[in-house]
Amino acid sequence: MAAQKNDLLSRLLDERDWLMADGATGTNLFNMGLESGDPPEFWNVEFPDRIRALYRGAVDAGSDIFLTNSFGGNASRLKLHDAADRARELSRISAELGRDVADAAGRPVVVAGSVGPTGEIMAPMGPLTHEIAVEMFHEQAEGLKEGGADVLWVETISAPEEFRAAAEAFALAGMPWAGTMSFDTAGRTMMGTTSEAMVSLVEDLPNPPVAFGANCGVGASDLLRTVLGFTAQGTERPVIAKGNAGIPKYEDGHIHYDGTPALMAEYAVLARACGARIIGGCCGTMPDHLRAMREALETRTPGPRPGLDAIAETLGGFSSASDGTGGDTPPERPRRRRRK
Amino acid sequence: MSDDGDDIILSELDDAELVEQMMDDLYDGLKEEIEEGVNILLGRGWAPYRILTEALVGGMTIVGKDFRDGILFVPEVLLAAGAMKAGMSILKPLLAETGAPTIGRMVIGTVKGDIHDIGQNLVTMMMEGAGFEVKNIGINNPVESYIEAIHEFDADILGMSALLTTTMPYMKVVIDTMKEQGIRDDFIVLVGGAPLNEEFGRAIGADAYCRDAAVAVETAKEFIARKHNQASA
Repeated sequence: MAAQKNDLLSRLLDERDWLMADGATGTNLFNMGLESGDPPEFWNVEFPDRIRALYRGAVDAGSDIFLTNSFGGNASRLKLHDAADRARELSRISAELGRDVADAAGRPVVVAGSVGPTGEIMAPMGPLTHEIAVEMFHEQAEGLKEGGADVLWVETISAPEEFRAAAEAFALAGMPWAGTMSFDTAGRTMMGTTSEAMVSLVEDLPNPPVAFGANCGVGASDLLRTVLGFTAQGTERPVIAKGNAGIPKYEDGHIHYDGTPALMAEYAVLARACGARIIGGCCGTMPDHLRAMREALETRTPGPRPGLDAIAETLGGFSSASDGTGGDTPPERPRRRRRK
Repeated sequence: MSDDGDDIILSELDDAELVEQMMDDLYDGLKEEIEEGVNILLGRGWAPYRILTEALVGGMTIVGKDFRDGILFVPEVLLAAGAMKAGMSILKPLLAETGAPTIGRMVIGTVKGDIHDIGQNLVTMMMEGAGFEVKNIGINNPVESYIEAIHEFDADILGMSALLTTTMPYMKVVIDTMKEQGIRDDFIVLVGGAPLNEEFGRAIGADAYCRDAAVAVETAKEFIARKHNQASA
């Protein structure tokens, strides 16, 4: 993997203690008029100026890394819009638009080719085989590479099998990559993966990522608990924290994310103190949030690693009592004799 | 996975032991063993409906509880649901012949504007695992699609799913339309999705908000039981 060390993300990580990633894609695009139900990836072709504006919003707010508008750009997702055959094209264009913005930034900015989940459940539980998953991820990876992405970035993954399939596809494309999973079920991913298990998963890969971590999930507090879970394993690999701007609340007929820019600034500083080196937002995180995060990261001195109490006090409580790691797993259910 | 236990020959177990073993095998997602167990019980003269409720649904209830309590996660539950379905496919034609009551029928789909379907795919698999008949109508459904599907499928339950805060209000549009057409109370309406909560479910007039797929199954069973009680009262 020595060849990968020359990539822009690795170089920036060598030079700097922390990097700021971007915020929300969906939330921003909805504000620009994306109709719910339409695939955001179509906009790469229909409204390239808006996609450039999305990227520029993050860059101007101080992001060192932004993710391309290709989260749902795999054949499995695009199939829902009768566009399965456009995966490579739409992914390529998302990265080309990214290059336009990054190359004009006047400072090094990483174009990270976003790769989201297939939305399918993998075999043997579900219909998606490893081979087909690799093929779909590979197709998207080649498109992002052609478009000039600096690094590939798989995100919001729940199943370790799917994470592995993406890693294999990125090796086929010969690209450096980063990857995050979404820990939204009592501290684990929906498929039961703990933060601890993800560290092992990542380190056991033949082509480990440049950086790994958590995104989305249930609010900023939970996300930082997951980051503490990663760093407790003593990993040397840079950790990514991309949490949502609070939790969506339904009050008096309106929905809003309860995370203010000031709160996200606290989150960013705490994320760094927890050991994250790439810090960004996810759903609900707008340029105003990013600006506040950047300023806080630049102006405040890194604090000591916070405890869970300090996180809860600053950002709010956790969604579950435990994160499923360590010795607090429930006892094995008493078993009857097993047949062979 | 103990290797020291004796091998169990299913056909040598008495009925009570066999049912208990089948519950364990369901828990472990052992499809072939479940098929074998169902066939043995049929051979011993058990009514298909009794096998379904006592062995299969009973076993899946344990799986559902452990999922709810964070002991099992989605992969284990899906394997169990797969084993349940295998047993169910043997029983299904027999249940139809004997005119046994169905567990329940559900239509599920994501609301107009929402393209996130993994949650409802899980619910579908687990509902089927619990013995329900489910028609999954996919993503991005306008109110007309829901209403057509619940009539066509003769559903007891309508399930709506949304992952986005921008799309979840559409659930209210569907429920309001059902009210206008005077059919709201003919169906049990369950809603789910990451950004929802109980308060939202109540506010839009759903029967219940279901936090996850296991809760959806339990809630559906509860409402169906209530409906049956009303019908026989």
